[in-house]
Amino acid sequence: MTPASSPRVALFVTCLVDLIRPRIGFAALRALEAAGCEVVAPEGQTCCGQPALNSGDRDSAVALAKSTIAALEGHDHVVVPSGSCAATIREHYPELLADDPDWRERAVGLAERTWEVLAYLDEVRGWRPDTVCAATAVYHDSCSGLRELGIKTQPRRLLAGVDGLALVPLAGEETCCGFGGTFCVKYPAISNAIVEEKADAIEASGAELLLAGDLGCLMNMAGKLHRRGSKVRAFHAVELLAGMGDGSAIGEEG
Amino acid sequence: MSFIDRAAAALADPVLKTAVERTAGTAEANRAVAVEAFPDFAAARARAAAIKDHVIANLGEYLERFEANAVAAGARVHWAGTADEACAIVVDICRAAGAKTVARSKSMLGEEIGLPHALAEAGIERIETDLAEHIIQLADEPPSHIVWPAMHKTRDQVSALFRRHHASPHEDESIAAMAESARRHLRERMLGADIGISGANFLVADTGAVCTVTNEGNAELSLVPPRVHIVTAGIEKLVPSMGHAVHMLRMLARSATGAALTQYTTFYSGPKRADDADGPEEMHIVLVDNGRTAMREEGLAEMLRCIRCGACMNHCVVFRQIGGHAYGGTYPGPMGAVLTPALSGLAANRDLPQACTLNGKCQEVCPVAIPLPTLLRGWRERSWREGLEPVTTRWGVRVWACLAKRPRLYRFATSAAILGMRLWGGGGWSRSLPLAGGWTRHRDMPAPEAASFMAQYARGRRR
Ligand code: SF4
Repeated sequence: MTPASSPRVALFVTCLVDLIRPRIGFAALRALEAAGCEVVAPEGQTCCGQPALNSGDRDSAVALAKSTIAALEGHDHVVVPSGSCAATIREHYPELLADDPDWRERAVGLAERTWEVLAYLDEVRGWRPDTVCAATAVYHDSCSGLRELGIKTQPRRLLAGVDGLALVPLAGEETCCGFGGTFCVKYPAISNAIVEEKADAIEASGAELLLAGDLGCLMNMAGKLHRRGSKVRAFHAVELLAGMGDGSAIGEEG
Repeated sequence: MSFIDRAAAALADPVLKTAVERTAGTAEANRAVAVEAFPDFAAARARAAAIKDHVIANLGEYLERFEANAVAAGARVHWAGTADEACAIVVDICRAAGAKTVARSKSMLGEEIGLPHALAEAGIERIETDLAEHIIQLADEPPSHIVWPAMHKTRDQVSALFRRHHASPHEDESIAAMAESARRHLRERMLGADIGISGANFLVADTGAVCTVTNEGNAELSLVPPRVHIVTAGIEKLVPSMGHAVHMLRMLARSATGAALTQYTTFYSGPKRADDADGPEEMHIVLVDNGRTAMREEGLAEMLRCIRCGACMNHCVVFRQIGGHAYGGTYPGPMGAVLTPALSGLAANRDLPQACTLNGKCQEVCPVAIPLPTLLRGWRERSWREGLEPVTTRWGVRVWACLAKRPRLYRFATSAAILGMRLWGGGGWSRSLPLAGGWTRHRDMPAPEAASFMAQYARGRRR
């Protein structure tokens, strides 16, 4: 089989999914296999280094970029269930390693093969789900995916294929939820004010489900909604695409 | 007060929130309509950025050209390296002219260099002629936004200020009556001023003209009648020609308010000529560096594209919550978070580049495509290098990075963390977690699954 018809995909689950919600990683694996990919989750993967990059610790960011490149290269594509981690590899690794002759090309090579999972399923694989989930949902556009990778229509096209799912409008769907990685713990009061407004908008939409493509943002919004006693449940979009929208939502034990 | 304290005070003020939301929300909506209606805004934006980049790369040449043409038109050009030098030049001109009162039309550069303070020290009375500047002069407060300096004030607060300070204040509470009250108070003072002082929105190199934009006509009224007109302008305000200035004006007005053009757009080229009906006898242009050439050399050249439209702050989720004063500098919001450390030092302002979610909206709406998040990351790197970040952050990131570089150790650490979190909080949502107070003060934390993805994958789980 040629690589194009059955690409060998390295799944980079991201540190947050690995630690908090492996279900998203397995959903991505399922969806990618359904889309005809041969998927492995390479052993050497840990964290892409984004916390170091955004904290200004360039040395650590460079070190983690190198170890992540070494762990993930050698596949047709690298697929990531997070817009911000995919953007770190695609947009920031080449810049971080631009002056390193041993690593520059490896960084560019990996960047060119790396995709956020929803963009990959839609744009590269042209895949459509064959799953059911009877619910109303809103989709929040996470900032890095939206503005660094141009992810906007892909998730909506994919979710339109989930039988029974009705996407309803979310006021301010492109407005940041106030997560911002370490921002939310460095400036908790400001972050809280922002996510309160986001939770207002989500509740006002009347949707039963909150969907997005980044676990960090989802934990922030879902954690706020739960603290407020809201009944809205939260999933990564790929969980619904993989037919895993009937199980436990973020924060539900099961 | 620290940034965190100022932000906390702002967050606790519901009146401020209402005031900021009203103005910024309206600006956001109007800009969206204007950009939508503009034929190929993306191309116009790229051109605007290219114009500024070209000028900044050839700054020396355009400054000389501007100076030569301004002098040919009869103006006098002064050069100021620092804020103090700029203020001293202005005060000297005022003294030489024997001026007791100056009418000033809104200028952020004037605020940046501390001109109001310098004039007060020199015993010169300052009349702020822009309505919003008038309001904050009465309140004795700094501006909270670069386009709407009094955006933090509500109508009731303004009404109370006018009643206290105006000789014949408004009779009813309508906006029109209040504006009329300000007009009565300001008009005769403006016309009696000895000197008019303005900033510049653009300096046009090929004519030596200075461009101001206002919506109230106060610049024209305060600059033409007095005997002397002084302009203070940052050297980055240059554009090559009138054509370029007009392109930038189209971007500026739409990005700031959504209007196609400001109500009053005036180009001042030299003082009154022999056959002119009116105009000042002297025109002085003070060109101010105040750190700008250093910014160009130190990786902040793109920031010099800024045309002070305010779109970045209007669209910033942080600014919308805390308003402008919390930033503690002349310039608030994303552009202020980049500029203030350059103008007043990083050590005292290290919070500004950190207090940002890096969501990228500011860059998206900036009419000159300044990569604000990248510049903020640059400050974060410098802050890290210079050891300005708190010890807890440094250790947290370092320990994390150390583990993440060693996958086997990392697997062990994640298993331990999962065990710890589940022992503490059980399954489901937790209301509190050790070391996660910043998170759980305001939101619940989901418990991790019983084992990490990589552990489950290693045991053969695939679906
Ligand atoms: S940085 Fe851009 S958006 Fe912000 S004030 Fe300057 S020109 Fe306007």
